[in-house]
Amino acid sequence: MLRFILRRLGLALLVALTVSFISFSLLFLSGDPAIAIAGESANAEDVAAIRALYGFDRPMMVQYGDWLWHALQFDFGVSYYFRLPVADLISERLSVTMTLGVCGIVFALLTAVPLGVIAAIRPNSLIDRIALFLSVAGQAMPSFWFGLILIVIFAIQLRILPASGADTWQHFIMPTIVLGYYAMPAIMRLTRAGMLEVLSADYIRTARAKGASEGRVLFKHALRNAIIPVVSLAAVQMGFMLGGSIVVESVFALHGAGYLAWESIGRNDLPTVQALILVFALFYIVFTFLADVLNAWLDPRMRSA
Amino acid sequence: MKRRVLTGSVAALALFSAGMAHADKGNDTLRVAFTKELESVDSYFNSAREGVVLQRAIWDGLIYADPHTGEYSGNLATEWTWIDDTTLELKLREGVTFHDGSPFTADDVVYTVDFVANEANGAVTQRNVNWMDHAEKVDDHTVRIITKEPFPAALEYLSGPVSIYPSDYYAEAGPTGMGLKPIGTGPYKVVSVEPGKRFVLERNENYFDGPKGQAQIGNVDIRTIPDVNTQIAELFSGQLDLIWQVPSDQAERLEQMGQFTVANESTMRVGYLAMDAAGRSDPDNPFTKLEVRQAVNHAINREELVGELLKGKSIPIHTACFPSQFGCAQDVKEYEYDPEKARELLAQAGYPDGFATEFYAYRDRELAEAITSYLNAVGIRTDFKMLQYSALRDLNMKGETPLSFQTWGSFSVNDASAMVSQYFKHGELDDARDDEVLAELDIADSSTDPEVRKAHYRTALQRIADQAYWAPMFSYNTNYVSTAEVSYTPTADEVLRFHTMTWN
Repeated sequence: MLRFILRRLGLALLVALTVSFISFSLLFLSGDPAIAIAGESANAEDVAAIRALYGFDRPMMVQYGDWLWHALQFDFGVSYYFRLPVADLISERLSVTMTLGVCGIVFALLTAVPLGVIAAIRPNSLIDRIALFLSVAGQAMPSFWFGLILIVIFAIQLRILPASGADTWQHFIMPTIVLGYYAMPAIMRLTRAGMLEVLSADYIRTARAKGASEGRVLFKHALRNAIIPVVSLAAVQMGFMLGGSIVVESVFALHGAGYLAWESIGRNDLPTVQALILVFALFYIVFTFLADVLNAWLDPRMRSA
Repeated sequence: MKRRVLTGSVAALALFSAGMAHADKGNDTLRVAFTKELESVDSYFNSAREGVVLQRAIWDGLIYADPHTGEYSGNLATEWTWIDDTTLELKLREGVTFHDGSPFTADDVVYTVDFVANEANGAVTQRNVNWMDHAEKVDDHTVRIITKEPFPAALEYLSGPVSIYPSDYYAEAGPTGMGLKPIGTGPYKVVSVEPGKRFVLERNENYFDGPKGQAQIGNVDIRTIPDVNTQIAELFSGQLDLIWQVPSDQAERLEQMGQFTVANESTMRVGYLAMDAAGRSDPDNPFTKLEVRQAVNHAINREELVGELLKGKSIPIHTACFPSQFGCAQDVKEYEYDPEKARELLAQAGYPDGFATEFYAYRDRELAEAITSYLNAVGIRTDFKMLQYSALRDLNMKGETPLSFQTWGSFSVNDASAMVSQYFKHGELDDARDDEVLAELDIADSSTDPEVRKAHYRTALQRIADQAYWAPMFSYNTNYVSTAEVSYTPTADEVLRFHTMTWN
């Protein structure tokens, strides 16, 4: 198990490095940050001065090496836009995004897995149809639209939930539902498919034949096997939620890391974008790694993979 | 994100949602939304409208310009005289204190001016400050500001973007510290700043009796809410009292509901087409021909753009400046909408079948698309490219854009130099490079005689119009929507002034 973890860790680091290099190259090609910093009224000398001041005139590899060296010491530089340390900016906004992401994935798992199990026990029943309808609706509905509908109902008409901001736990209820609902359908479908397949397997018949209770059959024997692909999917969804909750963060004015990344790209705020990409990449890597470890624990056969 | 498609229906849904909005009048707190994340509260280190709004609340300038009449009166200075063409002596108001209790003296003026005028300190909008060379203290309440060259628009800048910071505090805190914990003399003090997200102000009880007057509303709580639909929802649910920059279709619906006050005001921002008359992108490009540029001017239906898309107090524009600006003469050649004439002019220029050109824009896609359809209608086939602002500016500076849709807001400076001189003095952004215009503007920009300035701006603007270097099109407007409890008269410079707001 230790060798397995170490090998995965090494691979994860390599992925992080590759992602940061590719994103740096793309940003380097995408335009001159000096012009964005100089602002509307700047002339060519201002821009040239800024270019020299920030070192944009150096070769790309030198700039990347410089950035990497500082990043390894947790120094991500100063945001060109806010003129504040990127580390402070991100750590402040990340707490909102993490809270939202964890709530979202928990909400998705708590609704999707039971629904998927029930749908698999009674395939093509009314409850299966309802679950199918919910999942189709969840995939089809744009999240900003769903968010606004919730706002109209709960903030304007019923006035029981705040529409925007991140001050209290009530502020997170609607964003959690919107974000979680988007991730829910895939998890539910996968749980249902996995359960259906497992439930028809020989060892389940054997378990039933030796007189195991139905609950024990479902949860100890069936779900443990059916859940393995769900764990991997949930890890990817979680990474997506942390990096891709831009729309939800924008609609509910949460000012999280996803929205910061989106806005920073438009502002050519390279240090912020670069640091956020690395953070998001690390999230994916960490979650995939955790999912691998969890799956290896669930299924010993995967440890040698 | 196909957001606009569905937003209309959400607004319609919201209309069905009954319920009165409740202002936070009881707590004496005005709740306002910003759309954009403000980069820094330090007014020398942001270039945003939101920054100007906070600047006018937190700080004061030496001079005050009445937003309705444009008349100057004393603010932190009480009187001023030009000692020579480049030396302005100002007597300072006595007994004024900053929010931290330190007294306002000549040292504060000298430190602020010397700091911001030094290019190395990196004030973002250099044009606002780089006309000043330095300041000199005469005594505790007398200072001189020395300009680099004769600069007749000095009073306009001293009553606008140049505000005075406390010397000791600014020296210690710097722009970053000032952005996080701003200290000024203004009618509101800052309680807290969450960068980009939230700004809380409270009334300055010790504010001097100046032309701005005492603030009436005790507290102002500003939150950044990027989505305008969410802003409207918060207005409905009683969590906001005032929103602004509301799109005209939404503002119309809100007005129909009857429970909100909707006010529309013009802004100084002008939308225009820039054409490469100097042949920077290609010496043989069609826009080097006068007839082609005139054809473009005749092809645009300014009245329709204003009436159907911009609405409100927008007006058609024919000059390379905004009409209220000093020196912005309006007696220039106007090109009426005449697509037939446009086609004839193109034929005369040697393009009987029109031509194809790249067309760039960076904002307002709907407007840009309307413009492309006007151009296509007369035979100018556009290869439309929508770019990020900085990317387009990069191409502009290199002279690689034959035709582009541009806008300019003049930083609310009510002087033609803030626009026409920005673009027609052979800088990187000048696609005309006309020596006659340059000579006229040089005189107009540096003469201290207002009549001389007016005369030379007129000649320059007339030549720009005759040569059709630009196709000026329209001015922008903005909508202010508030609950019935808030009383506010917006001004034409798009600056929210909290100190003039009251509860009904």
